[in-house]
Amino acid sequence: MQLELRNVSKKVGKSFHISNVSLLFEPGALNILLGPTLSGKTTLMRLMAGLDQPTAGTVHFSGKDVTGVKVQKRNAAMVYQQFINYPNLTVFENIASPLRIAKIGKTEIKERVDKVASLLKLENMLGRNPNELSGGQQQRTAIARALVKGADLVLLDEPLANLDYKLREELREELPRIFAETGAIFVYATTEPSEALLLGGRTATLHEGQVTQFGSTIDVFTKPNNLITARTLSDPPLNTLPVVKLNGRMLYKSHVEIPLIGKLPQLPDDNYTIAFRPHNLYLNRRKNTDIRVKAKVAITEITGSESYIHTDVAGVRWVLLASGVHKFGINETIDIFLDPDTFYVFDRNESLVVMPETVAGV
Amino acid sequence: MRWKWTIPAIYIIFILVPIYWLVNMSLKTNAEILSVFSLWPQDLTFANYMVIFTDPSWYSGYINSMIYVSINVVISVCFALPAAYAFSRYTFVGDKHLFFWLLTNRMAPPAVFALPFFQLYSSIGLFDTHIAVALAHCLFNLPLAVWILEGFMSGIPKEIDETAFVDGYSWPRFFVKIFIPNIASGIGVTAFFCFMFSWVELLLARTLTAVNAKPISAIMTRTVSASGLDWGVLSAAGVLTIVPGALVIWFVRNHIAKGFALGRV
Repeated sequence: MQLELRNVSKKVGKSFHISNVSLLFEPGALNILLGPTLSGKTTLMRLMAGLDQPTAGTVHFSGKDVTGVKVQKRNAAMVYQQFINYPNLTVFENIASPLRIAKIGKTEIKERVDKVASLLKLENMLGRNPNELSGGQQQRTAIARALVKGADLVLLDEPLANLDYKLREELREELPRIFAETGAIFVYATTEPSEALLLGGRTATLHEGQVTQFGSTIDVFTKPNNLITARTLSDPPLNTLPVVKLNGRMLYKSHVEIPLIGKLPQLPDDNYTIAFRPHNLYLNRRKNTDIRVKAKVAITEITGSESYIHTDVAGVRWVLLASGVHKFGINETIDIFLDPDTFYVFDRNESLVVMPETVAGV
Repeated sequence: MRWKWTIPAIYIIFILVPIYWLVNMSLKTNAEILSVFSLWPQDLTFANYMVIFTDPSWYSGYINSMIYVSINVVISVCFALPAAYAFSRYTFVGDKHLFFWLLTNRMAPPAVFALPFFQLYSSIGLFDTHIAVALAHCLFNLPLAVWILEGFMSGIPKEIDETAFVDGYSWPRFFVKIFIPNIASGIGVTAFFCFMFSWVELLLARTLTAVNAKPISAIMTRTVSASGLDWGVLSAAGVLTIVPGALVIWFVRNHIAKGFALGRV
């Protein structure tokens, strides 16, 4: 049992919502579609569910071409960002409805609903109507309905996005355990890189309707093949610096010199983009190879345990993530330090050419 | 601001005066109506109502009206449901123009259609039948029903439909089991509006009927006998004509504002 998309494209009018996507999903694993809004996550899910048909390419399930098969015959389940339940039915009937359609016996329905309800902590809500529940309980009901019929494919389209912070944390912790118990193919769409990393599993990064990389979430995070993937799976945003290497010197805007350390000397002369994560930008020198830069503070966001310091350095905006509380005035000039060992370097085609020592060693 | 209630009170009294006067007259004798000015019946009588409930030429009018209004409500709602669903869920070539064109039917005066309907129904033998009036009233009730229902349907997220299809519901089953219960109040309001417009419509109903399907409103306007107008009986008939509308309004009172906004609140 596996779900395969082969060169799938979806064109609406003249614009491609999905262009030439090939993906292979294995059962029992959590697959994450990560990308900003309008990157095509929902469209891709609708194609997998059979709610829409691709304009080109095919969808295969367990090796069988199911491209034109009606949604009712797909044995899929879907959970939306909005809490979608049948308002006219009780929570019990909501969860039971796919089983009633499948003409399953009364006692078995009761058994299966009770089981999935206890898994999602809805035992005491079964007699109520969905609009008498809190947002989190409504979404649990929707997830329960998706799980109860034992679908081969469960699609979750930003299921936690409309929940408040605490409920989101709570459900996010429970989801991997629930997924592990069912053994279906799970596809989970999210816009948040941190959510992808917290859930683990495998991640496909989407950008403007194209999959830029697909692999285990940690791999995609540590070894992004290209700049777009690195940007997509980075929160807070990735810091970048466009540079030119010429005659053994590496320059930004032809006057700021970057010392050639680590693998940088081996690169041929060309245009490059240096990228590094906010937690690899420091407020004090840690190694003697660190590069010191004068930066102007734009704004400081303090979360309590961490501070995000947004700085302007020679016309580029970098974010520095430091632990603890740091207070800087707006427009204050401070020294910040870069560690060349943490640099990702992308070539003029935005493909990865150098990755950090720490990652390469693993 | 001690007197702030006075203006609304005056307004309400102003509106209620004709209705009160109608009830007042219906409980008087013709002699009293024509001879003295009295604010309430001096000689209270229910004889006028008894005339209507016992004389077939009167009560058959109510029955006829009820029959064609009911047929019209059923036809309008049943045909408007799938049409409104299509307008609310699908995009097709010219959908917006077609939708607006529907409403323009509502704007045409019924008098325009009285002649073609009369000739058409006469030639195919539908003249003076209940179904004839019911079908004629669909001309303006069906577009209205589509508009109101479309508004209510668009308030139901499309994701509910899709979730149902993913869950395995076929379209007809989803429509009956999930969708219709969710827009039940909308259907109620639609039925009320169809009822109301069909109930008060006079011109088409009178043109398309002679004896067998003659509506109460037509009977009321023709009751001039040799002895002059029978004021008391006419007033009683008027009161009885208001009652069904008032009853139906009571049932949909909580949803009616949304209905007037064509479901778009």
